[in-house]
Amino acid sequence: MFGEYSLSELASIFAMQGFSGLILFSVFVLMALGLAIIYGQMGVINMAHGEFMILGAYVTYLVSRAFGELPHALFNVYFPVAMVAAFLVAGALGAFVEWALIRRLYRRPLDTLLATWGLSLILQQLYRTIFGAREVGVTMPEWMMGSLKLSDTIEVPINGILVMGIAVAISIAVGVMMHRSSWGRQVRAVVQNRTMAGAVGIDTERTDRLTFAVGCGIAGVAGSAFTMIGSTGPSSGQLYIVDTFLVVVFGGAASLLGTIASAFTISQAQSILEFFLSGSMAKVLTLLTVVGILMLRPQGLFALKLRK
Amino acid sequence: MLKIANLRSGYGASEVLHGLDLELAPGEIVAVMGRNGMGKSTLMKTLMGIIPAMGGEMSVAQTPLNGLKSHKRVAAGVAYVPQGRMIFSALTVQENIETGLTVTGRREAPQDLYSMFPVLWEMRGRRGGNLSGGQQQQLAIARALASDPKTLLLDEPTEGIQPSIIKDMARTLKQLRDARGLSILVSEQVLSFALDVADRIVVIDNGRFVHEAQRADVDAAAVERFLSV
Repeated sequence: MFGEYSLSELASIFAMQGFSGLILFSVFVLMALGLAIIYGQMGVINMAHGEFMILGAYVTYLVSRAFGELPHALFNVYFPVAMVAAFLVAGALGAFVEWALIRRLYRRPLDTLLATWGLSLILQQLYRTIFGAREVGVTMPEWMMGSLKLSDTIEVPINGILVMGIAVAISIAVGVMMHRSSWGRQVRAVVQNRTMAGAVGIDTERTDRLTFAVGCGIAGVAGSAFTMIGSTGPSSGQLYIVDTFLVVVFGGAASLLGTIASAFTISQAQSILEFFLSGSMAKVLTLLTVVGILMLRPQGLFALKLRK
Repeated sequence: MLKIANLRSGYGASEVLHGLDLELAPGEIVAVMGRNGMGKSTLMKTLMGIIPAMGGEMSVAQTPLNGLKSHKRVAAGVAYVPQGRMIFSALTVQENIETGLTVTGRREAPQDLYSMFPVLWEMRGRRGGNLSGGQQQQLAIARALASDPKTLLLDEPTEGIQPSIIKDMARTLKQLRDARGLSILVSEQVLSFALDVADRIVVIDNGRFVHEAQRADVDAAAVERFLSV
């Protein structure tokens, strides 16, 4: 399959596909971080995670429309505002859903799965009713468009670089929060032993609500970043949810570093294979490899080694 | 300090504790002795709010505990070292201790905790799960103390711990009581440890207190009879 390309062409193909793989990786990481917090830390399988992401995308769309009415100079900075708004709106909805639905189902994983799947259908229909079935796109300010020419055959899009930057920043922020803040310490304590966490003085219900809200908020930021590389429709979230679960399980549910490593592996494999094979063959190969590795290592790539 | 009156508790429909009365003075150490299945752990868990009481009253320093969630009880001044220690094995030693700070609002553990358990200071960066049993027991006690309790509940602290460390533990508990005026309720099957540490011994049998004695007046043979299988 490499036969018809010259060596320098191949190098460029790998570089460009590698880069588009990195953009995919960034979206995966942003989606998977929220999911890893919720699934890895709380054991809740949130089937509506994709819809929280799309909520962030719609919020970004609304904010960009609102800024479109304002003077041109302000439009250039709509994106950071939209990202914060997406985090807050998705997080608030997350906190409400946790309070109204999830907390009643903590010891029933299958029921949470069904309930959040139902929630995802409700949200999708809600988006369809409010925003219409057609996909919407945001107009990006000029500085976010175009691409950087690295050589004659290699170009990288600026919005892609931005998405990557956001992914890196959010990953670092989540890592710091998990391992340096008292909230992170409480979350990790609750994950390991809910009863005991309560018995050392941690308000486990509050911790759960906050954790779910932060996970959903990060999904909202993912959605915000998503608007830069794709258009938003009511069911766009569905396209990513399976891949995202794959990333979280493959990475080892409780490990944020594992999540990042697995997002990287899967997105790169997919993106590079996609160029040479058809999209579905690329997916089949990636999935087979992941399934194979998971059969050998059911705990995922990264798991803590501890005395039992 | 700790006061329980006609406390009844159990699992589902089956009652395990049939009306217990007990009062701990400030700075008093009381050992609850009894065989497996007599209700020692059930008493501890009921006091901690892990299982709901079926009736009766419990209070710490005049604060009623009935119906409160576990973390509210910690805030009221109860701390708990469970059977099997239950430290957070993936958290470091330091983080384990800091989980106990939640109700105090402090950010750092007081230094005297580490001076009481120097081994925890040496190991502060290690994961709790990689400590030995005796070290984990010290960690569980330090974690409980981090919440500045008025009453400390210890559920079978000597279980699975080597004899030399059991001696140390008795000394540490007495020092704690002297330094902080802490009331300690400890459940135990090992009579020698109970006699070493406690001011008073109560024997629990089938969910009822059947025997009570100050340390000086303990009839070891009578207590042994309740402990032997």
